[in-house]
Amino acid sequence: MAGKTLYDKLWESHVVHEESDGTCLIYIDRHLVHEVTSPQAFEGLRMAGRKPWRNSSIVANPDHNTPTKDWDKGIEDPISRLQVETLDNNIKEFGALVYFPFKNKDQGIIHVIGPENGTTLPGMTVVCGDSHTSTHGAFGALAHGIGTSEVEHVLATQTLVAKKSKSMLVRVDGQLGKGVTAKDVALAIIGKIGTAGGTGYAIEFGGEVIRGLSMEGRMTLCNMAIEAGARAGLVAPDEKTSAYLEGRLHAPKGDNWTKAVAYWSTLKSEADAQFDTVVTLNGAEIAPQVTWGTSPEQVLPIGSTVPDPAQEADATKRTSIENALKYMGLTANTPIDQIQLDKIFIGSCTNSRIEDLRAAAGVAKGKKVASNIKLAMVVPGSGQVKRQAEAEGLDKIFIEAGFEWREPGCSMCLAMNSDRLSPGERCASTSNRNFEGRQGPGGRTHLVSPEMAAAAAIAGHFVDVRSA
Amino acid sequence: MKAFTTLNGLVCPLDRANVDTDAIIPKQFLKSIKRSGFGPYLFDEWRYTNYGEPGMDCSTRPLNKDFVLNQPRYQGAQVLLARDNFGCGSSREHAPWAIEDQGFRVIIAPSFADIFFNNCYKNGILPIVASSEQVDSLFKECLANEGYALNIDLAAQTVTTPSGQSFSFEITPTRKHNLLNGLDEIGLTLQHADKIHTFEEKHKQSQPWLFA
Repeated sequence: MAGKTLYDKLWESHVVHEESDGTCLIYIDRHLVHEVTSPQAFEGLRMAGRKPWRNSSIVANPDHNTPTKDWDKGIEDPISRLQVETLDNNIKEFGALVYFPFKNKDQGIIHVIGPENGTTLPGMTVVCGDSHTSTHGAFGALAHGIGTSEVEHVLATQTLVAKKSKSMLVRVDGQLGKGVTAKDVALAIIGKIGTAGGTGYAIEFGGEVIRGLSMEGRMTLCNMAIEAGARAGLVAPDEKTSAYLEGRLHAPKGDNWTKAVAYWSTLKSEADAQFDTVVTLNGAEIAPQVTWGTSPEQVLPIGSTVPDPAQEADATKRTSIENALKYMGLTANTPIDQIQLDKIFIGSCTNSRIEDLRAAAGVAKGKKVASNIKLAMVVPGSGQVKRQAEAEGLDKIFIEAGFEWREPGCSMCLAMNSDRLSPGERCASTSNRNFEGRQGPGGRTHLVSPEMAAAAAIAGHFVDVRSA
Repeated sequence: MKAFTTLNGLVCPLDRANVDTDAIIPKQFLKSIKRSGFGPYLFDEWRYTNYGEPGMDCSTRPLNKDFVLNQPRYQGAQVLLARDNFGCGSSREHAPWAIEDQGFRVIIAPSFADIFFNNCYKNGILPIVASSEQVDSLFKECLANEGYALNIDLAAQTVTTPSGQSFSFEITPTRKHNLLNGLDEIGLTLQHADKIHTFEEKHKQSQPWLFA
């Protein structure tokens, strides 16, 4: 019999009950909660007269609606304010292990604060009413996004009704070249398998390149698993994982730490494990990536030209290219490095951690943002990231180069607060989705790494960071 | 949850692949703390020519007449016909809420994004996966015939066209049972409360740090 995959081990260690058709009840260890997808779930709980099963599993924090400047003015949009206050009230009523209200010094993007406070651990099941929950798979936790009805279900029962997914191994061999990051690896994978390539799968990322990535890089990669259609991305924990976690606020301590690390070392796919699908990439062949269209799979290496729909034989794909070029205001065959930009956004649960900011600052240091760039903003992922960056002087580097240095939050990744693109504006963004209207109605998003975003800010257009 | 048994519903064809949840319900409407009232904002950026804000009266907004949902022949549609990877993107349940509030009970596509697919069942919407060829043929028939309606029978797991042609679809027995009977999933799960407690105790013994 074939050995078990990491996914098999995580799944099997959480099955509470199984129906004859394979539908299972899965126990949930960690429940991350933000203001957008939780109000209706708490309301449902209240209406049914139910209580949370285990409120010490809850880690909560507002992030989508919170402004990234002028915090002294509070949240000006009354509808946004009500949603954030509703979370305050729900947590006050129902309780949580961790709650960082708006303006708390540690508040940030939920997928940044979970790991940095040691509340995401290997071997856990982690859910959140947010598709980018896949981020936490970087720790070897089974983590995925759920809908609001499921948020209510987890609150009430500490379980989720689920069926086991198929398993996919994405192995990235070799070494990455200079200037090539986890973001480029993620986009290259999505370019290869498509945004539906991972649908129905839990993806484990393996290979030499993945082993070489920092925890921040692994989080970036797993974060984008959902953009490949996979609800969950996984990286097996190793010494880097425990080194990252040791000493963090809610990480195990003392005897528990020793036991936990021993257990975590068993969390890997066996050498003879069978995956339903295996995809391989050569790290050395991955160049910095730029999306040109309105789906993350519409991506190309820098140095390419925007595709020509006339060259596409498949009618549905041809229409998709035509629609994307029209929306993006691009002409077929335009070299990507000639695309001029209006705004730069460095942030989001994909790329707002300290390593991302260090990398972007490294590119921006001693340079100036180009005159055609109307706004270049850096939004740290959390209060902790912000303080660390300031301690290292990164804020000064950004400000001197002409970037705005903001307060933490989701910000212009999805533009629920006032940070957004105006119609027709073009943005180099380190976020995860380039859908129509994602960063503001009519806004045009190109997804890139923090280094590529910083280099584009300086040049005013896309540029190959390896030669910038 | 609303039960679903059978439906004879007018079909609205949305001929685009990778329709994402930002297109289904743009982010500004996610600020609501309610579950209802999202229908008028379904596909907001494609449906209207002005920018939509929460609370807006949509009856006076300028319509994009080219958008399929605005065409007179598709008014009252209950079946949404779509292309590959429908519902990709975020986990926002506001997407199925908006679809249901607009009056749709069935979505037929060659493939769906996982989270969206799952969210449909929680809201009495039946998402049906059909082959690309089948979906192609439905698009052709729908466009050629005004008033084109499909008959969907969940118990029999069949879709029947006006000409009497039928194809079957897959659904897990658990989902089918819950949808046919409109069952409250939390109530069902809590029937296993003892099992959850037992699991939790065992889990606490083996990984005490998870409960520290």
